[in-house]
Amino acid sequence: MTRDPNEIIERRACISGVGQSDVGRRLGRDPLELTLDACLAAIEHAGLTRADIDGVSTYPGPTGPPPGFSGAGAYQVIDALRLDCNWYDSGLETSGQLGSVIKACLAVAAGLANHVVCFRSVWEGSAQGDKGRAAVMPGGGEGGAFKASGYMEWFLPFSAPSAAVWIAMYAQAHFARYGTTKEQLGWVALNARRNAQLNPKAIYRDPMTMDDYLSSRVISTPFSLYDCDAPCDGATAVVVSRVDRARDLRNPPLRVEAVGTALHDRTSWDQPRDLTQMANRDAGKMLWTRTDLKPSDVQLAELYDGFSFITLSWLESLGFCGLGESGPFVEGGHRIARDGELPLNTNGGQLSGGRLHGYGFLHEAAVQMWGQAGDRQVAGPPEVAVVAAGGGNTCGCLLLTRDR
Amino acid sequence: MAETGVPFRVLPRLDDRNRAFWTGGAQGELRFWRCQACGYYVHPPQPICPECLSKDLAVEAVSGRATLATYTVNHQPWMPGPELPYVVGIVEIVEQPSVRLMTNIVNCPHDELEIGMPLRVVFEHHEDPDGDVYLPLFEPDGDR
Repeated sequence: MTRDPNEIIERRACISGVGQSDVGRRLGRDPLELTLDACLAAIEHAGLTRADIDGVSTYPGPTGPPPGFSGAGAYQVIDALRLDCNWYDSGLETSGQLGSVIKACLAVAAGLANHVVCFRSVWEGSAQGDKGRAAVMPGGGEGGAFKASGYMEWFLPFSAPSAAVWIAMYAQAHFARYGTTKEQLGWVALNARRNAQLNPKAIYRDPMTMDDYLSSRVISTPFSLYDCDAPCDGATAVVVSRVDRARDLRNPPLRVEAVGTALHDRTSWDQPRDLTQMANRDAGKMLWTRTDLKPSDVQLAELYDGFSFITLSWLESLGFCGLGESGPFVEGGHRIARDGELPLNTNGGQLSGGRLHGYGFLHEAAVQMWGQAGDRQVAGPPEVAVVAAGGGNTCGCLLLTRDR
Repeated sequence: MAETGVPFRVLPRLDDRNRAFWTGGAQGELRFWRCQACGYYVHPPQPICPECLSKDLAVEAVSGRATLATYTVNHQPWMPGPELPYVVGIVEIVEQPSVRLMTNIVNCPHDELEIGMPLRVVFEHHEDPDGDVYLPLFEPDGDR
C-alpha cells in the first residue's frame, strides 16, 4: 500500500456493539418493534445508552414494494427512541446493505457523529404468508393493469421478476466457463446448514446431506431450493463508533481496517460486461488497495449468500482464490468449516440462518471476534475478519480487526 | 387482453423513450436508439450517447440476430405467465454485443440450450388498451 494510512479514514471508525431481535420464519410481529429491539440491544451491548447515540443509518429506508423488504426507516427509529441526531441517512442506491454501515463509518470519521446505530429490518416471511414468493412479486396479482417501469421494465415482461433468475444466469455462465458444478454450489449450502445447527436463531437447523440438497426442487437452473436464502422476519443492528470514543466501552473496538465500495460496471443486472462476475469484483479489489493486510491474514469470512453462487463469487472477488477457482475451493467443505483454514458463514448465513439481508454477516463476525458466539465459536477468537454483502450491482465489504 | 394462446405477461409502461423498442415488432423489426454521431446503439434508452455524449439519437432497426450469453430454465411460479418450466436468457445482438436483452428463449429443447448459440428474434404480440406491445423473444437461428 503506497497511500498515507491517514487517508484511510474508515480506520477512525469501529464496531462497538451489535444486537438482534427475535428471528423467525413468520413472527407476525410489528416490524418496527423488531427494529427497536435490535437497536436497543446493540446500544446496550456497546455499553451505551440512547442518549449517547447521535447518528442513525439504515438500508434501504422506506420503500415501496415488495412488502416485507423494509421493516422501518430511519425517521421512525429516530422518533420512536427520541434520538438527538447530528447525522442520519438511509437509501437503496449504495454499496449493498453494508453500504449503510460504511456511510456511518465515514460520518463518525468526519466528526459528524460519535455513535451511529445502523440497522436492517425485514419481515419478508410474514409478508409472503403461506403463498410463497409469488405473493410479493410485482404485478402478478393485478392482471393487465399493472405496467412495468424502471429497471424492472426489462425483466418483468419476460417473467423474470426475481434475483433468483438473474443470479442463476450468472451461475450458469460461471459453470460454462470454469466447469463449476452443482455439487460445488452445494458445499456452500451444506456448510451453512452445518453451522446453523449451532445457531439457536437459525431458520433451518435440521441436518442436510448432499443428497438432500441435490434432490430439492428446482427453482431456476442451476439453483434449487437450498441455493436460495430463507425469507424471514428479524432485525439486526450494529453501533458504529469513533474509535477515540470507544476505547473504554464494554467490548474491544472492532476497527474498520478497510472498506470496498466500488462499482465499475453497468448498473442493470443484465448488462455487466462479464456475466460470470458482479460488482463485488470491484468492491473486493478496492478493499485490498486500502490495507497492507492480505487475504491470507483473514481468519474468518462472512460472505453474503442470498444465493449460494454469490458466496463463491465473493471468494473470488476478495482474492481467497483465483477467478473460476471458487468451486474447487469449497469442495468437500473442509477448508470453509469452523475448524478449517477459512471458517465461512459460521451462523448458517442466509441460506439456513435466514435472510436478514447483509447485516447478519456483520453481526456474526462481531460476536465471533469478541468470543461471544457460544457453541459455534471458532478458535482464536479471530482477530481479522472480512464481511461482505450484496450481489449484482449492489456490493460492499469491510475488513475488521480486533484491538487486543 | 392478450390474444388466445398468448400467456399472461406484465407489460412495460410505454413512453416516448421506449416505445420504438416495444412496438417495432408490429413491422417485424427489432429497433434500438442509435447515436448518429458515432454509431453506438444505446440500450436501455437514455437521452445521450454514453460513448460520445452526442444527443443526436435516432431509432434504427437491427437484423434481429443475436447470441445466447447465458440462460436459466425457470421452474418457479413467480407470477402468472408462460407454462412451466420456461427459459430466461440474456442475449447479445450481433451488431453490438454490448447491447444485451433479457428475454425468453423459445422453440428450443432445453437440452439443446448452449451459451454462444445463434438466435433470431420472434415477436409475441400483446393487445393492450394502453397500446399493443410486441415482446422480442428469441429462438434458435438454424440458418447460421
